[in-house]
Amino acid sequence: MERVAIIGASMTQFGQREDEWILDLLAEAGLECLEDAGVDAADVEHLYVSNMASGEFEGQTGVPNALAHDIDAVPAYTQRVDQTSSSGGAGIYAAWQSVASGASDMTLLVGGEKMTHRTTGEATDVIASLTHPAEYKHGVTLPSFAGLTARHYLEKFDAPRESLAKVAVKNHRNGVDNPNAQFRKEIDEETALESPIVADPLRLYDFCPITDGSAALMLCPESVAEEYADEYVVVSGIDGATDTHVVHEREDPTVMGGVVESGKGAYEMSGRDPEDVDVAELHDMFTILEFLQMEGLGFAEQGEAWKLVEDGYTERDGELPINTSGGLKSKGHPLGASGVAQGVEIYEQLMGEAGPRQVDADVGLCCNVGGFGNCVITTIMEAAQ
Amino acid sequence: MTMEAIRYEDGSISYPGHPRGPGGAEPAETIDLSEYTAEVVTWTTSTATPPGVREPNTMAIVEFDVEGESVRALGQVTTDDVETGDEVQPVHVDELREPGAGIREPDSQDWDGYRFEPV
Repeated sequence: MERVAIIGASMTQFGQREDEWILDLLAEAGLECLEDAGVDAADVEHLYVSNMASGEFEGQTGVPNALAHDIDAVPAYTQRVDQTSSSGGAGIYAAWQSVASGASDMTLLVGGEKMTHRTTGEATDVIASLTHPAEYKHGVTLPSFAGLTARHYLEKFDAPRESLAKVAVKNHRNGVDNPNAQFRKEIDEETALESPIVADPLRLYDFCPITDGSAALMLCPESVAEEYADEYVVVSGIDGATDTHVVHEREDPTVMGGVVESGKGAYEMSGRDPEDVDVAELHDMFTILEFLQMEGLGFAEQGEAWKLVEDGYTERDGELPINTSGGLKSKGHPLGASGVAQGVEIYEQLMGEAGPRQVDADVGLCCNVGGFGNCVITTIMEAAQ
Repeated sequence: MTMEAIRYEDGSISYPGHPRGPGGAEPAETIDLSEYTAEVVTWTTSTATPPGVREPNTMAIVEFDVEGESVRALGQVTTDDVETGDEVQPVHVDELREPGAGIREPDSQDWDGYRFEPV
């Protein structure tokens, strides 16, 4: 099977985009990606749009077809990919499948979400609507799952509360150098530890913000990539998996089975193991998730990820830089865009285009988490020429 | 009123129940968890609650022991004064959150249920 290449990437400014709605955001990233890849819209055969809830947030459905028209990609085949917060990663998987299967020789993936016109309570409720009725009626939210899990993790592994704050501090520091990040502001540990409680023991700075934004990637067979570029990136491994819908039914609340399973699949396909990964983008919707993914993906033993964070192992100049983009924490989390934006960061790192965020990397990994670990996509990318 | 869990053919129990259990096991019987007490596994107090939900909202994941078989549940707690390891009992509440205030269709699910009260 021919390898699948990525030949272009783009992302819009993430944050509060007052005058832009979902179709504006998708078109902005889509057009920029076409330009970055040097591909004519007429040559796009498949167009995938990762989006969780444009109907619920904005009352706008049918966004893939709308985008195809707006960027003049008609008659490209279009499809919306919704996998809640992991819609972006699922979009990478769908785009990869479209190329790997031979169905498309040029696939544009655009992920986006428009959220900030809603109140925090309303946006939280749209996201919480993914939960089981038995959970939803208790008023459970994704942040409250994080609070429940963080307390259990800290108590079970005797980890200091400060270690979670260090994740927020690191990712905010990384975000300063990302011009498209929602927050480009360093914070100190004290600020994180004294911020208002959101879901005890987690506080405001343990959570990502509500965000508008869009990101895009262009995928094609490696033989086609060679016609467009001397250097490109290949998707060497990708897999997706699920865990229980009802979160409390998991045997061990500190293990995300979807992370473990999708990671295994991606490592197996790529022939890589955790030691080969030079840079990773993990789904830090909540600080505790960075620990759970580090452990699920084999970067740390169970219950010990916090020690690596304390030791600076995951800093930009550490052994395994994690979330050089600033992560969801600082860059922002426009649901459908986030997994695609993870891919954009890894693409830029592998192409040597990450500017002040650049690290030495030939192999990169993205882990995109939907729900509270309900659906997970892990993608391994490698530099190629 | 019952807090209905399902015991499957393989002996395992889940709350809520599903059409199939572990290994594809079919449901065998219902069990009313409100007749049992449980132990708090972990808890949180959420201060940023969605429309129609009390604020603050303290919730816990608790574990029941049903004749040697453990089963977990998540639910609101009757007080903000709770700790991991506390023993709690289910207490019925007619309305856990206001139906229709949030995004979910009010007729699509039940809104009554059980809060956990420290014993």
